[in-house]
Amino acid sequence: MSVFIDKNTKVLVQGITGATALFHTKQMLEYGTKIVAGVTPGKGGTEAEGVPVFNTVEAAVKATGANVSVIYVPAPFAADAILEAVDAELDMAICITEHIPVIDMVKVKRYMEGKKTRLVGPNCPGVITPDECKIGIMPGYIHTKGHVGVVSRSGTLTYEAVHQLSQAGIGQSTAVGIGGDPVNGTNFIDALEAFNQDEDTYAVIMIGEIGGTAEEEAAEWVKANMKKPVVGFIGGATAPPGKRMGHAGAIISGGKGTAEEKIKVMNECGIQVAATPSVMGETLINVLKEQNLFDKCKTH
Amino acid sequence: MNIHEYQGKELLRKYGVSVPRGFVAFTPKEAVDAAKELGSAVTVVKAQIHAGGRGKAGGVKIAKNLDDVRTYSKELLGKTLVTHQTGPEGKEVKRILIEEGCDIKSEYYIGLVLDRATSRITLMASEEGGTEIEEVAEATPEKIFRETIDPVIGLTAFQARRVAFNINIPTELVNKTVKFMLGLYKMFIEKDCSIAEINPLVTTGDGNVMALDAKLNFDANALYRQKDVMEFRDLDEEDPKEIEASKYDLSYISLNGDIGCMVNGAGLAMATMDIIKHYGGDPANFLDVGGGATAEKVTEAFKIILSDTAVKGIFVNIFGGIMKCDIIAEGVVEAAKQVELKVPLVVRLEGTNVELGKKILNESGLDIVAAETMADGAQKIVELVG
Repeated sequence: MSVFIDKNTKVLVQGITGATALFHTKQMLEYGTKIVAGVTPGKGGTEAEGVPVFNTVEAAVKATGANVSVIYVPAPFAADAILEAVDAELDMAICITEHIPVIDMVKVKRYMEGKKTRLVGPNCPGVITPDECKIGIMPGYIHTKGHVGVVSRSGTLTYEAVHQLSQAGIGQSTAVGIGGDPVNGTNFIDALEAFNQDEDTYAVIMIGEIGGTAEEEAAEWVKANMKKPVVGFIGGATAPPGKRMGHAGAIISGGKGTAEEKIKVMNECGIQVAATPSVMGETLINVLKEQNLFDKCKTH
Repeated sequence: MNIHEYQGKELLRKYGVSVPRGFVAFTPKEAVDAAKELGSAVTVVKAQIHAGGRGKAGGVKIAKNLDDVRTYSKELLGKTLVTHQTGPEGKEVKRILIEEGCDIKSEYYIGLVLDRATSRITLMASEEGGTEIEEVAEATPEKIFRETIDPVIGLTAFQARRVAFNINIPTELVNKTVKFMLGLYKMFIEKDCSIAEINPLVTTGDGNVMALDAKLNFDANALYRQKDVMEFRDLDEEDPKEIEASKYDLSYISLNGDIGCMVNGAGLAMATMDIIKHYGGDPANFLDVGGGATAEKVTEAFKIILSDTAVKGIFVNIFGGIMKCDIIAEGVVEAAKQVELKVPLVVRLEGTNVELGKKILNESGLDIVAAETMADGAQKIVELVG
């Protein structure tokens, strides 16, 4: 078991003929991801990396039964690509694209209300269920199959956490990158809820950063609902206020969104927070040992 | 992206939002000419810098005649203004706004901002104008009123009216205030604002509702479709190192420490600053080289880091995922040679082709300190910089 995606997921790549998309399509295929279709308007009828290309998402879904799309479409057109995936009633759309204007995402979120599709991202590394399905841009080989769920606003910090876990013999059930934008689809709570229900996930690492209050809300949710241990890390403790730290969403404004406040609330809600990014794995392992879950989580 | 107050007011005017009449001036002569043209009983001389708190720092003067205008503009132009937002080094005033004074009856606060919790634009308003909204939120949160805006319908007249009544705008001025808010919202959406703050919004003795100040901030991701907003960009207000970095698509932010950082990924870059601090050091910058870093980009990144004379050492922290460590190692070696590196360099490489990357660094003949983990690297650079 896993969350969101598994070996049966049939993937469609939106914007497949772009250079980045082609590169990652190849990587995903090599990992074993079932990519059944690509979409680039005007390139319908051709092939990319051996994958049939269609003009519209609707046509691609009809012909191939794709149920999850991954979006590599450039920022000015990415919001429209998400809308097209939602309109085609895909189970999930994973948007890798960064730099989408915020107002576009506000409209996308409004359009998605009451619709079937789950959005992950934008500005995210994607989702991976090790040994089954890799959708996005993460390096596949650092992951190992197992029982720890990972959810994160940052790509490279996810890799860092996953790597530390794999090195210590702790595999992962699914790693979900929710992205660094202020308006995104799947949030911490959505991912935690899925991990809570997944019988193969025994513990979760959540990696947040400065800006907004998503971590605080997630911590409250964990306190009220989570049946499994959660540990965390918050990036940006030393970031100056008012400056956007790379990610559009990583900004302390009006005294809100500081790492200090997030860590405080997480601790209050029973989430141990790693003191440095170097000990994310170690912090989880200590908690697993305390709760007699270490042997169950040790996969290799 | 931030713009100046006078530029913000120019934009507001286009959207039918009332603002006092005024002109920008770069010299005392222009200032006096502007005041003559205005012909108002009282003229306000306002320093134009991208920072709040100008009033308290002496950047806003009330002139009663043309001599006052001349005196104040001479005083302000070229002056370094230190406000709570500029940092101790302050900002030099290069432009001033010459504006007609108005007979203020009451001051209010109106702001439009993204609410991340609802993913909607929210209108915020308060009758406590003229003070920072954060202070109002702290002291009298019941005096802040909010309206969540449906992006399909936009801000509605009834919402604007409700807010106007809630903040106790005099009944006879409610319609003017509604028009003001609707115009402000239209501009916010059409110009891809990320913040539009009018503080204060004032009612005047002659029955007007206008924006006495305007703080507009624009979504950097949307500037590609906002050519006229881009023309408002004032490079004098930006850090030269940040401007240079943006040319190479590097995400760089100047900080006050002495350890230069080069990292891939925004999250890891932030975490690298944190871990340096954790071990007692002080980061000189935030720098994300991005996923597609080439040798050229790495070299430029090094040059930018070293252009900061405070830098006494560099920590390179790379988790090579898709980006291979050997490529990064080659870039680092090339860059270190080109810039004739004289400060200690600690490199931590992890990920794809890491062994090959380490080999390249070891065989380069350069004085590079290799680190095994992020923590190891942070400790080493902190020690070396002392």
